[in-house]
Amino acid sequence: MAHGKEEKHALPFSKEVKEQLGGETITLCYQCGTCASSCPVAKITPKFNPREVIKLSLWDERQGILSGDAIWLCCSCYNCQERCPQKVEIADVIYALRNIAIKEGNVPKIYSEFANGLINEGRIVPLSKFVEKKRPDYGLPPLEPAGVEALRKILSATGFDKLQQKKEEAS
Amino acid sequence: MTKYALFLGCTIPARQPQYEVSARKSLAKLGIELVDLPNMTCCAPPPLQSIDLETSLSIAAYNVCLAEEADLNMVTLCTGCFESLAMANALLKENENLKERVNKILSNAGKEFKGNKEVRHYLQVLMTDVGLDRLKKSVTKDLSNLKVASFSGCHALRPSALLKFDDPERPKIFDNLIETLGAKSIWYRNKLKCCGGLLRGYADDVALAIARDKIVNATKAGADCISTLCPFCFLTLDLGQMLMKSTFHEEYNMPIIHYAELLSLSLGIEPRELALEFHKIKLDNFLSKIE
Repeated sequence: MAHGKEEKHALPFSKEVKEQLGGETITLCYQCGTCASSCPVAKITPKFNPREVIKLSLWDERQGILSGDAIWLCCSCYNCQERCPQKVEIADVIYALRNIAIKEGNVPKIYSEFANGLINEGRIVPLSKFVEKKRPDYGLPPLEPAGVEALRKILSATGFDKLQQKKEEAS
Repeated sequence: MTKYALFLGCTIPARQPQYEVSARKSLAKLGIELVDLPNMTCCAPPPLQSIDLETSLSIAAYNVCLAEEADLNMVTLCTGCFESLAMANALLKENENLKERVNKILSNAGKEFKGNKEVRHYLQVLMTDVGLDRLKKSVTKDLSNLKVASFSGCHALRPSALLKFDDPERPKIFDNLIETLGAKSIWYRNKLKCCGGLLRGYADDVALAIARDKIVNATKAGADCISTLCPFCFLTLDLGQMLMKSTFHEEYNMPIIHYAELLSLSLGIEPRELALEFHKIKLDNFLSKIE
């Protein structure tokens, strides 16, 4: 019931987040702060506070959230999500916010590197020739090839490969 | 022999052969056969979920499809891989709409997710296929001098509703498995808290401060080592101590040991067979406590 009520008053950005995979639960938040007190990052730096990220998103601060630093400072530990009394899937909401930011071309450098690794080799951590050569010395079998061809078909079906091109154009 | 498709992931073959060696040797000794399937890819962990969740779910499902086609359940060593694959597997099994959406994408790669296989972390395999009794009987080395600070990392435990690995606030499995080897699993402050590893590369200073807390707390509790399940936690805490030395001028020399390494040592596998030179924090003192 409360859910429906919130729905009626939801501002445009929270509706946009709700429609994004992972963002469905954002409007359930009642700002209790259990997330912030469970967050290992918020204990170290004032730049990130999950309750604030949700609050500003609900308050329609679209530009500030998508171009800011905060959404990239979640360490994805899921402590907040595990403890949220309202069952807001906070870590997933943050993925949804990051997914929207990326679509708008706001891509931190390290994420471009992950995406490139995936597209080129099917791995986000590149293999090392040195370690690969030593495998027989340790009695390890040769590495099986990665399924790059199948992967590229998936990336092209979801438009992931285009996201990466967009990033390269932007930079 | 119980057979599993091994999901190796990216970080282990690229940087941590010591994890792979110890896991393969110890699991073989305990009667678990690991099958290496071709054409697996990255599991699509949080760094890729951050870019696009739909793509990430599809990639995880694609890899589960390979195990389905081979008619095998899948086992992971890396906790990050466990989370991505087990989460996708559980989500798609319980959500028909999502499954349809992902299968539409997978059809482009000639795959269909059926949802008839399990994704397990190797600790679950030890619990269910080997069992604590048989494990205990297989131990040949005395680890009773060791005080071990277990650190399961985040993604074995959470999100617990999907992973169903252990109680996320009071987990017991990892500690039981350590004690079954004869070592003592000790309590330390903030034991379940994140290592900060996923912030490496974006906010290195924050990541290092979180990792430092872990090392300090385990040191204060008198641990002989921190035992890990995840190659990323390992890297953050092992290589991390080199960075703590250069950044904070603090030297802890806290050995970081994957559980599979501890298991291998307890089963009598010789240290020289375990590629231990890949550890940044040297293990000589630690090894001298085992006999």
